[in-house]
Amino acid sequence: MFAYIVKRLISGFLVVTLVSMAVFALFWYGPSSPAKPICDREQGVRCIPERLVAYEKSLGYDNPIYTEYGKFVKGIFVGREIAFRTDVYQCDAPCLGLSYNTKQPVTHELVSRLPATISVAVGGAFLYLLLGVPIGVAAARRRGSVADKALVSSFLFLSSIPYYLFALLTWLYLTVLWEAPVVSDVGYFSPFSDGPLKWFGGLFLAWVALGIFGCTQYTRYTRGAMVEALSEDYIRTAKAKGLPARTVVYRHGLRAALVPVVTIFGIDFGSLLAGTIFTERIFEIQGIGYWSLQAVGNKDLPVVAATTLFSAVMLIFSNLIVDVVYSFLDPRVRLS
Amino acid sequence: MTSTVPSSTPGSDSTIGRTEGPILVVEDLTVTFPTEDGPVSAVQGLSYSVEMGKTLGIVGESGSGKSVSSMAVLGLHDAKSSQITGSIRIDGTEVVGLSENRFRKLRGNTVSMIFQDALAALHPFYKIGAQLAEAYQVHHPNASDRDARRKAIEMLDRVGIPQPDSRVDDFPHQFSGGMRQRAMIAMGLINDPSLLIADEPTTALDVTVQAQILDLLQDLQREFNSAVIIITHDLGVIAEMADDVLVMYAGRCVEYGTTKEILTHPEMPYTWGLLSSIPDISASTDARLIPIPGNPPSLFSPPTGCAFHPRCGFKDKVPGRLCYDKMPELATGSGRVEHLKRCHLANPDAIYRAEVLPEIAPDLVEEIR
Repeated sequence: MFAYIVKRLISGFLVVTLVSMAVFALFWYGPSSPAKPICDREQGVRCIPERLVAYEKSLGYDNPIYTEYGKFVKGIFVGREIAFRTDVYQCDAPCLGLSYNTKQPVTHELVSRLPATISVAVGGAFLYLLLGVPIGVAAARRRGSVADKALVSSFLFLSSIPYYLFALLTWLYLTVLWEAPVVSDVGYFSPFSDGPLKWFGGLFLAWVALGIFGCTQYTRYTRGAMVEALSEDYIRTAKAKGLPARTVVYRHGLRAALVPVVTIFGIDFGSLLAGTIFTERIFEIQGIGYWSLQAVGNKDLPVVAATTLFSAVMLIFSNLIVDVVYSFLDPRVRLS
Repeated sequence: MTSTVPSSTPGSDSTIGRTEGPILVVEDLTVTFPTEDGPVSAVQGLSYSVEMGKTLGIVGESGSGKSVSSMAVLGLHDAKSSQITGSIRIDGTEVVGLSENRFRKLRGNTVSMIFQDALAALHPFYKIGAQLAEAYQVHHPNASDRDARRKAIEMLDRVGIPQPDSRVDDFPHQFSGGMRQRAMIAMGLINDPSLLIADEPTTALDVTVQAQILDLLQDLQREFNSAVIIITHDLGVIAEMADDVLVMYAGRCVEYGTTKEILTHPEMPYTWGLLSSIPDISASTDARLIPIPGNPPSLFSPPTGCAFHPRCGFKDKVPGRLCYDKMPELATGSGRVEHLKRCHLANPDAIYRAEVLPEIAPDLVEEIR
């Protein structure tokens, strides 16, 4: 078990390395020089080729890519100094570069925005399971009934709506038309330390939109897995033992049906942690997703690179956790 | 295997405190499943009874209603998707229409069932011991976890699992096929049921293990003095295990009597077919197997008249179109003991000896003569 985790960590680390190379290459080989956005920002129309060269020279972009990638990696582990023409900035480890926009280390801002994204992710994921699993179980137990068919088709309809439209409509109806009182604080993320009520109020709408939309697919997964589990021979055995119906459904049926659901959940949770661009943008939550979207708009290339790398790390890490959890859920899977 | 000392001989009188008479009486049982193409009667007009210490064998092809009827005895059919009429009395209690809550207390307790393919029938995510303990605790709510575990180990030992106190913590996939079936049997017997229904308990096992499992079942039956229903399509199993045989075809009983009587004087061509299709190890290697031609009928549109007539090689011996038009009644056969058969043939025993027996066991014909 331990050996397996170490092995997976090593391979995960290799994947992260490859992803960081790919991200760096995209940054480097973009349609124009990576120094162009900062030159444009600071010089405007006066960003003439000579000045661009000066930026490139101070930022080291005139060196070969492997030298600069080496510096980038070194910055992650020990930190480094970055110069914009004549101004030199210190970037402490783990350094993911300086924002072109603020000249501040990207890592600082990433860390400061992490609580917002984690809050959105935890609340949304909680609703995925809280709504999705019980509804899925209920539908599976009433499989083929009118209620089941109505539920399945309405959820299919719901999940066919593009998410950004669904989130916008949720926002529109709950804040503008109904003026829902709980959500009066919507519009910014308020850290938990400012008081749980404020924190809750600021995130509630985002959770509702994310949770309701996401739970539809959990309902489908759970229903499908439950229908399959309930038709297994071991369910008949459980009934034949004289167990009460609830024990049969939950302890025997759901226990088996949860395995695929948990697998998908782990990966979904990883991508929620990587940043929920639509949710954060629509509900004005200053998280990593919103930030990366702004960075794309601003051509703040170091931020784009850093958020991309962060997403990749989150996904790789959640995959690792899923694999380990899987071996606890299904004893037939032996990790070695 | 543990040595089991028979506490009472088979057929001896039942356990103290139990009401007299058969432990299970099934009368005119019909199980119907409504489907989109109309109702399907998987079992029709089935009647039989089993006494304590006795074994009833139910034989028939797939889809003949063997398992469906036994699952009805345990109330395992979903009330919404099935319709059960007739009467099933377990130890005097009528269970058709019994409330789920009261029925549940009989299941796994008074009547228990062991299934074929124990790998699928045991929950893959729970330890063997936990599954046995669960079966015990549900009917012994006051038993502590430790008691239940001790009981589980004791039962595993009883069915011949080596090192039961360590194997009790294994998962089903860590057991061999034979051991899984033993564990299944241990689970079936953990509450000392009066009636054990074994649904093809040896089908998924290889031949040597089959024999061990059947021996084990017999030993345990003697020890617990329980009634056993064994469902199989293997007449060899019947010959070894059963006191009585019920042959089913297309949801109906077609022949019913003591094992000795049915196997030596079968009076229904379907039973003849089953007997003929047993491979004979002493026959010459060039000899062909004798199959029953055709396929079991669709229960959506059962044949008119006798359900077996499309496959029957003897329908010409019945005058007129009787076999095509009229379902034969279950009537007393010409045998010496009570022997029921559902066939229009007037002198089946003579036909069997003249035409069937020489084909399948020529040496036996000489003996009988």
